[in-house]
Amino acid sequence: MRINYYGFRAIYLHEMDRFRRTLLQSLISPVLSTSLYFIVFGSVIGNYVQNIDGISYGSYIVPGLIMLTLLTQSISNTSFGIFFPKFNGSLYEILAAPISTFEMVLAFVGAGATKTLIIGTVILATSNFFVEVSILHPLLMIFLLVLVAFTFALFGFLIGLLSSNFEQMSIIPTLVITPMVFLGGSLYSLDMLPPFWQMVTYFNPVVYLINGLRFAFYGASDFNIWISIASMIFFLVLCISVVAYVLKKGYTIKS
Amino acid sequence: MSEDLISINNLSKTYKNGLKALNNVSLNIKKGEILAMLGPNGAGKTTLISIICGIVTPSSGKVNVDGFDIINDYRQTRSKIGLVPQELTLENFETVFNNVSFTRGLYGKAPDPKYIESVLKKLSLWDKKDNILRQLSGGMKRRVLIAKALSHKPSILFLDEPTAGVDVELRKDMWKSVEALRESGVTIILTTHYIEEAEAIADRVAVINNGEIIVVDQKKDLLNKMGRKKLRIDLHEKTDTIPESLSKYDLELSGNKLSLTYSYDTQKQRTGITNLLQDIRDQGLKLKDLKTEESTLEKIFVTLVKENNEN
Repeated sequence: MRINYYGFRAIYLHEMDRFRRTLLQSLISPVLSTSLYFIVFGSVIGNYVQNIDGISYGSYIVPGLIMLTLLTQSISNTSFGIFFPKFNGSLYEILAAPISTFEMVLAFVGAGATKTLIIGTVILATSNFFVEVSILHPLLMIFLLVLVAFTFALFGFLIGLLSSNFEQMSIIPTLVITPMVFLGGSLYSLDMLPPFWQMVTYFNPVVYLINGLRFAFYGASDFNIWISIASMIFFLVLCISVVAYVLKKGYTIKS
Repeated sequence: MSEDLISINNLSKTYKNGLKALNNVSLNIKKGEILAMLGPNGAGKTTLISIICGIVTPSSGKVNVDGFDIINDYRQTRSKIGLVPQELTLENFETVFNNVSFTRGLYGKAPDPKYIESVLKKLSLWDKKDNILRQLSGGMKRRVLIAKALSHKPSILFLDEPTAGVDVELRKDMWKSVEALRESGVTIILTTHYIEEAEAIADRVAVINNGEIIVVDQKKDLLNKMGRKKLRIDLHEKTDTIPESLSKYDLELSGNKLSLTYSYDTQKQRTGITNLLQDIRDQGLKLKDLKTEESTLEKIFVTLVKENNEN
């Protein structure tokens, strides 16, 4: 057995099955909260905000809201996916199975990314009910969504690995990711900020992700698209390196 | 029964907190046998099993399973092993059937609903196949763990305290299942607190204490070598003390002064029983009844651990 295909498949399908079982919280909850954003920001406030880069405010915030969902969902799906068997002890059978670390991580992260992409697609479809959405570079959009979903699913896997309780798992999504997305130009253009805060925002990596996706949608961005792609790939490589190091050390899952 | 299937050589494990769980353990496990590992809590039994299964990384030493190294050839070794853990660690929100099928997949085997059905039927779980795990009793969950361990047809089965918290009837059912598995060619290693369990089903017994294996032997040989018998001699009339002429025998007088207990080694050529009975008669003591009692594995185990702790 050079590759444990069935082992990979078992973990992947098992995780997708959890998604099915918890469909209400997995799918309906992000769709509902994003719809509320569209109603409040897109329809109500949007009527009082002028067009940005020639795009109506309601349409302008679509990539930012998709990115918000993508980041939070990919992190929470995968962190929970690995944390739960660690918490209830059933991780023993994955550790004792003839499956490589790479196959195991790929299965968890692949399932997390798949779930996130399903949610992202549903949110994109939902946004069409509220605002007009056009996609200028659809292939680039798919590439960016897949890249972000995988990268942050991997980041979520890392959080799940390192967390020793449920509270620790929710700290990073709540206290780090959500503020970074809101302060990362999801609801506004960086040009609208005073120069000092613009400078501060450049240190927020999420800014590059949102602008990259916005470029794929409308061809409008505060940065060159390659800067966005390079920053995503840098973060992906960083996550791969840290996860590989942590698993090699056996941290919290293997003595 | 002579071919070694698992070879453990100079295996040691020290955890990050400094606990030395295993100290230079060497042990060979033969193909097709049932080996019972006995030891008090914290002796190192679960650590030893966990290392062989790949859950814990050894600090030093080597383990080979069917000629393959557990670290370098982990795919070969782990695919041969099934593990029933001590704790009831299960995905509680999944059905019995999915739980067992999941494990089969993890071990690299294609889905085989017919085989899973046969495993569940053998363990009387078929009527529960669609039940969510959390709806099952502790005993049923224990059976599910066994079904999961058997889902990929392992040739080696580790049972870590398989009957802990299980009622007597179910325990005996499990013994029968274990015996049936052995007959089908599966090598079984079990840890247990129930000495009667080892006595009932094991071929060989390994006693482990403080991370070291104190003794490994055929159960029968261990009982023969270390087993002592007791002869209880009931008397017709009370005797206040053991007569001087009987002091050369290892005798104990009972509290009611109506019986004497003589301990003797079954392996000695002369047990001394004939002379003892003769001397008792010469003392004028009248015999009412004679009873013999054999040492159990439990007594041997307690003695071995006690001696080991004192050394």
